[in-house]
Amino acid sequence: MSDIDTADPAIAPAKRSVRWHIWIFLAPAFLVYTAVMILPLIETLRLSLFNVVDGQMAFVGLANFQRLFGDPRLAADFWNALWNNVVFFIIHMLVQNPIGIALAAMLSLPNLRFAAFYRSAIFVPTLLSFVIVGFIWKLILSPIWGIAPGLMDLVGMKSFFSPWLGKSESALITVSLISVWQYVGIPMMLIYAALLNIPDEVLEAAECDGITGWSQFWKIKLPLILPSIGIISVLTFVGNFNAFDLIYTVQGALAGPDGSTDILGTLLYRTFFGFQNQIGNRPMGATIATVMFLIILAGVSLYLFVIQRRMRRYQF
Amino acid sequence: MTRILKGMLFATTVLAPAGIAMAQETQLTIESWRNDDLPIWQEKIIPAFEAKHPNIKVTFAPMAPTEYNSAVNAKLEAGTAGDLITCRPFDLSLAMFEKGQLAALNDLQGMENFSDVAKSAWTTDDGATSFCVPMASVIHGFIYNKAAFEEVGVQVPKTEEEFFAVLEKFKEDGNYIPLAMGTKDQWEAATMGYYNIGPNYWKGEEGRKALIAGTQKLTDPQWVEPYATLAKWKDYLGDGFEAQTYPDSQNLFTLGRAAIYPTGSWEIAPFKSQADFEMGAFAPPVKAAGDKCYISDHNDIGIGLNANSKNADAAKTFLSWVASPEFADLYANAAPGFFSLNNSPVTMQDELAQEFVSWRENCETTIRPSAAIVGRGDPNLDLEMWRASANVINGTMTPEQAGEETQKGLDSWYKPAK
Repeated sequence: MSDIDTADPAIAPAKRSVRWHIWIFLAPAFLVYTAVMILPLIETLRLSLFNVVDGQMAFVGLANFQRLFGDPRLAADFWNALWNNVVFFIIHMLVQNPIGIALAAMLSLPNLRFAAFYRSAIFVPTLLSFVIVGFIWKLILSPIWGIAPGLMDLVGMKSFFSPWLGKSESALITVSLISVWQYVGIPMMLIYAALLNIPDEVLEAAECDGITGWSQFWKIKLPLILPSIGIISVLTFVGNFNAFDLIYTVQGALAGPDGSTDILGTLLYRTFFGFQNQIGNRPMGATIATVMFLIILAGVSLYLFVIQRRMRRYQF
Repeated sequence: MTRILKGMLFATTVLAPAGIAMAQETQLTIESWRNDDLPIWQEKIIPAFEAKHPNIKVTFAPMAPTEYNSAVNAKLEAGTAGDLITCRPFDLSLAMFEKGQLAALNDLQGMENFSDVAKSAWTTDDGATSFCVPMASVIHGFIYNKAAFEEVGVQVPKTEEEFFAVLEKFKEDGNYIPLAMGTKDQWEAATMGYYNIGPNYWKGEEGRKALIAGTQKLTDPQWVEPYATLAKWKDYLGDGFEAQTYPDSQNLFTLGRAAIYPTGSWEIAPFKSQADFEMGAFAPPVKAAGDKCYISDHNDIGIGLNANSKNADAAKTFLSWVASPEFADLYANAAPGFFSLNNSPVTMQDELAQEFVSWRENCETTIRPSAAIVGRGDPNLDLEMWRASANVINGTMTPEQAGEETQKGLDSWYKPAK
């Protein structure tokens, strides 16, 4: 500070003092983030342009991408994984987020008893490790030891039970619903917070105008929480296209049966690290990672530049 | 920046273990996928070695079998792998040797104790250099519950027809699940199914070598028929076998809920400690009575020297000991079901293990078809066969499609030598 005070008084008022503390406080986060996120990201993008030629790493331009989309097997694997990933995302959007909003709306009802208990109980699975979630659901749904067949028998629905995780037509839906079960607490909490932010005056004014109950939710509350729903959709999109852990713990790296639960994350894992007798292919893995990055980037940009700008905001 | 970062990573991963090596005695680490065998190594094998070589301390560091290959490859590339590397047979270890990660062991004392066949799984294609000490082979077959067989009143099947008759009997009886196998993990379907019964169809080595030479195709009847037989197993598997995992199958059998368990000899030791009924074993049934039988006697496990090991001399001492008859005897009896490849005859105490090994007298032996030469490409034939076998049993693929798909995958990269 003192050196600035002694500077030429003619310029001093125009120049703002250099606020070093900002940079100092930012530095640790910036350095750590650069070391563990940005550099690896750049390195991955770079690796996708290289491949082993005659035992040496060499720059090959876009040849890896050409192979990924041109080779019939790799392309089939990739499109299969991408499509499964889209289904995975759609199920989350159609099941997780509406349920999350509904739960939040119910929790914010002023005369609900045990609201705090419900809120915690629904949020707890989100805090559990995906390994535990995957393992307990595998056990619950196991046709041999699981409690699902027995419970369904109690209500006379035994005939509807099938080994869902082992059938290609139902495995992806089952895994998606397990994931929904685990993460439904997040949209619930965010929407809950948004709902609590709506000032009582607005709601009272609505009541004076005769808007109550359902129409109050649709006409007053929902427009006010739309920005939060947008954020949740983006979070779901990013989370789903980066997903890997739950599928890996429930279905293994092969994401069976017959690749029906294979999403981009598991495909990337198998390609990059290899599996069993398949040896890992680092450049091709980096290529898939790059494509994933671009897909997520495109989705987020679409939201930020197209959807978010058109969203109407209300100031209270 | 990258360089500094790499330096930091290097310092934390490579240099850290170096501190331990400074101690007086030499420290050896074995990388392995046999996490089931951890107690055997810790309680029997390593103490026996350390008693003879008190200045060498050995650590057995196993990991999960499905993660072993990629993990050990990554460790070798980063220079953090242990001194001794447990070798998968054939193409995987060969790739490591070709990359200079495994040392040549031709002049290792004790290598003369092994036949060329035993060494074949860890020798270059031209047969000149060996790079792993052969430890053991495993034999495929079926383990059955003797009490269950008596209860239902059936005999051990010799032919395929008898085999299905036995399964049908168990199904009618209803007390036991006829076959304990699931398709969720996929590898059981191929390893315990296709590779197990297949050699009787493609006539063992004859078919395997013809496949490598390109004179037979996976679409030929001798390669498709085993799939058709596997498809018939479906009716005799437990409810919900599509979601049944490998540990599920093991538990179903050892808890006495299933009658027959298609498997390999590696299961003997764990089963002995878990099952409280008497177990027997039979070789894959032949098609018609009197047919020559073929079994899969797969060179499964060897041990090699990390070419960058700092303790190469101590590691070689250990490897020579592994090549000795003393180790052969110790290992074959400590881990029954892993059969010694050593020339010196080993007397095994375990009856079930003796039963498995007795098939060698009458049957021709072969190895898994996807292991050597045709298994080194992308897509990997072994994984393709896992998927195809599981699909065939699930009924989502016909045997013919399974043959076509696997052949198509092989054609995409493999050109047989002319």
